[in-house]
Amino acid sequence: MNSSFHGGIHPEDFKNSTNTKKILNLLPPKKAIIPLQQHTGAVCKPLVNIGDIVKVGQKIGDAQAFISAPVHATISGKVVDISLMPHPLGTKVLSIIIESDEADTWAIEETKRDWKTLGSEQIKHIVREAGVVGLGGAMFPLHVKLSPPKNKKIDTYILNGAECEPFLTADHRLMLEYAKQVVIGLKILMKATGVKKGIIGIEQNKPDALKKITDEINKESDTDVDIMALKVKYPQGAEKQLIKALLKREVPSGGLPMDVGVIVSNVGTSFAVYESVVERKPLVERIVTVTGGGIRNPQNLRVRIGTPFSNLIEACEGVKEEIGKIIMGGPMMGIAQHTADVPVIKGTSGILVQTKDEICDELEKCCIRCGNCSSVCPMKILPNVITNSIKNDRFEHAKEYGLLDCMECGACTYVCPARIPIVQYIKYGKTQLRKF
Amino acid sequence: MYTLSASPHIHSNLSVKKIMWDVIIALVPALGMGIYFFGTQVLYPVVISIFTALITEAIISKIRGHKTISNGSGIVTGLLLAMIIPPGVPLWLPAVGTACAIILGKEVFGGLGRNIFNPALIGRAILVASWPGFMTTWLAPQPGWFRRIDAETCATPLAIVKLNLVQELPSHWSLFVGNVGGCIGETSAFALLLGAIFLFIRKRISWHTPVSYIGCVALLSWIFGRNGLFTGDALFSMLSGGLILGAFFMATDYVTTPITPKGKIIFGLGAGIIVVLIRLKGGYPEGVCYSILLMNAVTPLIDRWKWTIPKKFGKINA
Repeated sequence: MNSSFHGGIHPEDFKNSTNTKKILNLLPPKKAIIPLQQHTGAVCKPLVNIGDIVKVGQKIGDAQAFISAPVHATISGKVVDISLMPHPLGTKVLSIIIESDEADTWAIEETKRDWKTLGSEQIKHIVREAGVVGLGGAMFPLHVKLSPPKNKKIDTYILNGAECEPFLTADHRLMLEYAKQVVIGLKILMKATGVKKGIIGIEQNKPDALKKITDEINKESDTDVDIMALKVKYPQGAEKQLIKALLKREVPSGGLPMDVGVIVSNVGTSFAVYESVVERKPLVERIVTVTGGGIRNPQNLRVRIGTPFSNLIEACEGVKEEIGKIIMGGPMMGIAQHTADVPVIKGTSGILVQTKDEICDELEKCCIRCGNCSSVCPMKILPNVITNSIKNDRFEHAKEYGLLDCMECGACTYVCPARIPIVQYIKYGKTQLRKF
Repeated sequence: MYTLSASPHIHSNLSVKKIMWDVIIALVPALGMGIYFFGTQVLYPVVISIFTALITEAIISKIRGHKTISNGSGIVTGLLLAMIIPPGVPLWLPAVGTACAIILGKEVFGGLGRNIFNPALIGRAILVASWPGFMTTWLAPQPGWFRRIDAETCATPLAIVKLNLVQELPSHWSLFVGNVGGCIGETSAFALLLGAIFLFIRKRISWHTPVSYIGCVALLSWIFGRNGLFTGDALFSMLSGGLILGAFFMATDYVTTPITPKGKIIFGLGAGIIVVLIRLKGGYPEGVCYSILLMNAVTPLIDRWKWTIPKKFGKINA
C-alpha cells in the first residue's frame, strides 16, 4: 500500500542525525515559564497567585470558554511571577513562572485507570482537564475535536504518524518506544467518539515504526485499527492530504475533516491521551527533537513544558558555531525565534538551530512564471497568480484563485527559483482579506 | 538576536540562473550541427549576439539601477536569436537584432519576467521586416568539421514548396539530421530533440506545448495537403523550418506562455493553426516566429480563462 496526493515536494529529510537516538529524559528545569495560552482559543486565567506553592500536574490556569484548554504546573515549587513573557508564536503572553524546589513532587494519584470502563463523556472530561491539545503543532483543544456536531457522522479516526517535516524525529521515536501507548490512545479516542474504524498513517521512511506499530496492533484481536504506509513527501502529514491519501476522500474547500466523516490526531496526541486517561497524568511534558546544523549533539528529548529552549540546546552540548536561526518546529513551517529564552509549549515538536551559512537570505527576484509553485501545490491553487494579485492589492481576485485554500505548507516557496516569499505574501493577503 | 524570517527555512537549490543555463546547454547540440553544416563562421554571429546581449543588459542595468545581468537570460536571448538567423548574414545584423530583442523585447516591459513577447522572436521579427533580403538568403549545407564554407546559396525546403521551385525536396532523413538550408540552429531536428530530452529530464519543460503544437501542425498539414484533402506530408511539415526549435525552446518560454497545463495545450494548438495558415495561405514560407508571437499576445487571456485553471483541492463538482 502506497498512498499519496497531488503535488508536494521531496526535500532532503536530514532525519539521520536523530532517528536512531533514544528519547532522553531531560531533568526538570530550575525555572519553568508556563504561558497561559498554549492552544487555539480563549486565553486561560491564572488560578494561582505569586508566592503560591504548586505541585507537578496541578492546574494553574483555566478558562470558561469551550474552545480552550487548561495549563498545569510542570515542576514543583513556588510561583515567583505572573507576567507577560516572550512566547514562541511571536507575541508576549501572560505566563506563570515557577521556581523549582528540586523535589519534583506530583499532585496526581498513582493508580492506573481502566479506560474500558469509562464512557465517552468521561473520557472527554479527562482529556480536557488534562489540558490535552493537538500536539502536531496546531494545538487545537482535543475535547472540542472529540465533540463534533450531531449532524456530522464520523466513521474513521486517523492517527497521523507521517512526520513529513525534514529534521524532526520526535513522533518517529515515540512510535518506536511507546507503540503500545500510542495504539491504546487511539482506542481510547475511538471509544470517546464512538468510531469503529481507526487508521494509523506512517511515511515509508520509518519502516521500523511501521513494523513496531503493526506488531502492537496484531497483539490486540478486538480492534479494528489499520496501519497504512504513506509515500515519503511533504506535506504528507497535512490533515486534508492525509485523508486524501488514506481514504481517497477530499475535504471540501473551506471545510473540516469531520465534513467527510473523519477526525485526525497526531500520534503524540494519542500518547498524551493514554497518559492522561490511564496514568492520570496531565499534559506536563512532551518529546522534542533538538537538531539542525548548529547543534553539536542532536537529540530527542522528553522535556517539561515551560523549559526554556536554551536548556534543551545546552542538553545537546550546545551550539557548534555562531548560530543564525533558532526555529520552533520543522524547517518548512516552523517559526523563527528572536531569543532562546522562550519556553517549550505543548505544540513544540522540534527546535531547529541553523548556522549562519544555512540561512537562505537571497533577495526576491521577478517571477518568471515557471509554474513550479502550482505544480507542487497540494491544494492545486496557483500561488504565483495569487501572489501577483496580492502585490497589486487585488485581494478579491486572489481569493478567487484560492487564497483562502492555502494551508501555508511552503512547498511553493521552497521550489521558487526567483526566491519569492510566496507564503509570506499569502499570509499578508489573508489578513488583508479579513479586514474588508 | 537571531535572524527572524518566515517559513520555510530551507530552500531548493533551483534558481533562475540554473534554469537559464540548462536551456543554454540544451541548445549546444543544435549549435554544433549548425557549425558542422554551415562552417565555423556561424560562430561569429553567435558570439556577437551573446556579447551584444550582455552589453545591452549591462547598460540598461546601469540606467535602471538593478542587477539582472548574471541570471543568464541575456545569454539565452542572444544565443536563440543567433540560431534563428540565416548563416552568412553580415555581422551587424545579429548585433542589431539582439539589441532590439533585449531592449524592445524585454527591458521596455520591465525586464525578465514582465515581457509579453519572446524577446528573441521580437528580434527576429524586426530583422525580417527590416532586412528581408539578408533574412532570406540561405547557405547551402556542406557537412564537415572546422572549416569555412563558400557562400553557395540554396532555398529552404519550405521555400521550395511555397514558391513551387523546380527542385527536388530533401529527404526526411536530411531534414532530420539537418542537411538542408535554413537558420543556423533550426535545421537539425535530431540535435534539437536531444536538447529537448535534456530539458524534459531536468523537468524544465513539459510535454503540453511541444506535443500539441507539433501535433497540430502535423495533423493540419496532412489534412490540407497540396493535392487535396488528406494528402499532405505530415513528417515533412514537422521536420522543416523552425518548428522543432520553436516548439521546444520558444513556445515553452515560461514568461510568455500560459502557466497551466490546459493553457499550454491551447497555446500549442493555436500556434499550430497559425503556422499552417501562414505556410498555406500567407506570404511567408515559414510561420513559426509569428505563430508564437501571436500566441504570446493572447497568453494573458488564456491564463485568465477559468476553464484552463486546475480544479482546486476540495472543489468537488465546482
